[in-house]
Amino acid sequence: MLYYILKRILQMIPVLIGVTLILFLLMYIIPEDPARLILQQGATDQALANLREKMGIDQPLHIQYFRYMKNLLQGDLGTSYRYRRPVTGILADAYPNSIRLAFAAILIEILIGLCAGMIAAVKKYSFWDTLVTVSTTLAVCVPVFWLGMIMQNLFGLRLGWLPISGMGDGSIQYYILPAFTLASVSTAYVARMTRSSMLEVMSHDYITTAFAKGLSYRLVVGKHALKNALIPVVTLIGLNLGALMGGVVLTETVFNWPGIGRTIYLAILERDTPVVLGGTLVLVIIFLVLNLVVDVLYGLLDPRIRVAKQEVKV
Amino acid sequence: MVSKKQHMILEVKNLKTYFDTPEGVVKAVDGVSFDLKKGEVLGIVGETGSGKSVTALSLLNLIPQPAGKIVEGQILLEGTDLARLNPRQMQKYRGSKISMVFQDPMTSLNPVYTIGSQIMEAIRIHQSITKNQARKKTIELLTMVGIPEPSRRLKSYPHECSGGMCQRVMVAMALANNPSVLIADEPTTALDVTIQAQILELMVKLKDRTGSAIILITHDLGVIAKYASRVMVMYGGKPVEFADVDTIFYEPLHPYTRGLMGSITRLDNKKKQRLLAIEGSCPSLIDLPPGCTFYPRCPYARKRCAQSYPGLEQVNPGRRIACHRWKNFRKGYNEGKP
Repeated sequence: MLYYILKRILQMIPVLIGVTLILFLLMYIIPEDPARLILQQGATDQALANLREKMGIDQPLHIQYFRYMKNLLQGDLGTSYRYRRPVTGILADAYPNSIRLAFAAILIEILIGLCAGMIAAVKKYSFWDTLVTVSTTLAVCVPVFWLGMIMQNLFGLRLGWLPISGMGDGSIQYYILPAFTLASVSTAYVARMTRSSMLEVMSHDYITTAFAKGLSYRLVVGKHALKNALIPVVTLIGLNLGALMGGVVLTETVFNWPGIGRTIYLAILERDTPVVLGGTLVLVIIFLVLNLVVDVLYGLLDPRIRVAKQEVKV
Repeated sequence: MVSKKQHMILEVKNLKTYFDTPEGVVKAVDGVSFDLKKGEVLGIVGETGSGKSVTALSLLNLIPQPAGKIVEGQILLEGTDLARLNPRQMQKYRGSKISMVFQDPMTSLNPVYTIGSQIMEAIRIHQSITKNQARKKTIELLTMVGIPEPSRRLKSYPHECSGGMCQRVMVAMALANNPSVLIADEPTTALDVTIQAQILELMVKLKDRTGSAIILITHDLGVIAKYASRVMVMYGGKPVEFADVDTIFYEPLHPYTRGLMGSITRLDNKKKQRLLAIEGSCPSLIDLPPGCTFYPRCPYARKRCAQSYPGLEQVNPGRRIACHRWKNFRKGYNEGKP
């Protein structure tokens, strides 16, 4: 297992190099002069040239890239054009907020998604099943930012139940709206996947065996079916993490959440290249690590995969 | 002196299991009756779709819900009518008094739990013993079914075992609580020929040790000839012939049984006879015509076969047949020209 994890971590290196390269190229293509951005209007040509030289952006692309990578390896993501602060500091302020929000969303996704899916599967073609099917279809169709605004309007402005912006003192009521908004699409997918996976599993021979042993319906569903049904669901949750990262940008912007998504969004508006680059890079790293975690979890659920992974050693 | 009644472990009377489908009601099992004596092996033979497996599942009350339902009949297991039990009561019987070995061992074991935990579960659901005792019992069972290194195998997952080994595990699981009746639904169909014999020998050997009776469902007449003592032939959801095993093979009366016999490959076939195939296939069990179910495929059919269904008639004690013309066939045997 350790060997497997190590191998996976090593595999991340080329991915990260690729990602930085693409990001760097994209930022380079944008016809925006950072020197002009920093010095703003009225600066002399000489002053601009001096600043460009000082920042090293007058040099060819590959030199700039290697310098960036060299700094990156030393944990330096550059300095924000706008705030004149190290990017690492800005990200370190914003990340914990985003991670808390994402965690809340994943929790909702797992709790509500799994439960709804299981209820729908167990009570197939009932009122509950229809309710789950219809509401998940809606949740998947509705754009995240629009859902966020509707929720703000309804629960914040009209009903006045929940705060609609920022994270205040960080207490739970500030989390509810953004977390639900962020989780909506993934929860719907998890519910649907759980339902279909559960129904599929329930038709397997080993379920008949479990009944033939004399197990109760509850035990058959909760023990024998669920563990098998979870395998594709865990994969889906893992894949959804990517969507969650994307959703973070939208949700945080709508809810004015002081997290990484909003930071990247503002940085894009302000052409603050180092922040965009650094923020995105860390998002990618988190995504890769979470995927690894999901894969390890997958092995714990399904012994067949565990063996496949160990075959390298044997 | 034990009376005949006490000998009977299982009595099935006029069992009818129907399925509601969009096309109509499928009469998968339609009036099946048989009984099972202590320690005997009853063979149920028939081709795919004849209702053998549904009969087996009905006994355990494991008909896929809500489409399927036992609509009529009694399943008397040592005097208790299983068809009348509520789900909770039925759970107590499943796996303890009556258990089942399924067709495909590779898919019948849960892939995400170890073999040991699956057998232990079967024991602990019916017996209140500690985990350690259950473990010991499981090792005993695995030894009994001939699995080498049982204490190590306990921790194996089904995918790490061969088909034969999985079926041994299924047998161990089915026998974990010394059931009175063991149903084996085509237990060897998915296995290699050499393994088939091993599994069947094993089941018969263990039957003698535990004193349970076996219902052996198969379409392999060779298996029936070797292991069963009595045979029920099923066709179209109904029993068509009932006899002890020698009679069935030497004097099959029902045209369907005769067809089955004709389709066996025999090594002692010196005359190079062609294998006989029964033309057509099993009828759809929706809206069966009033006549004999086998009528459309029967080479000996007469007019009245199309008009009324022949009920099971007693030929002699222990021998019943559902055919209008069995007397003619019997006469043929007596005159030496079947």
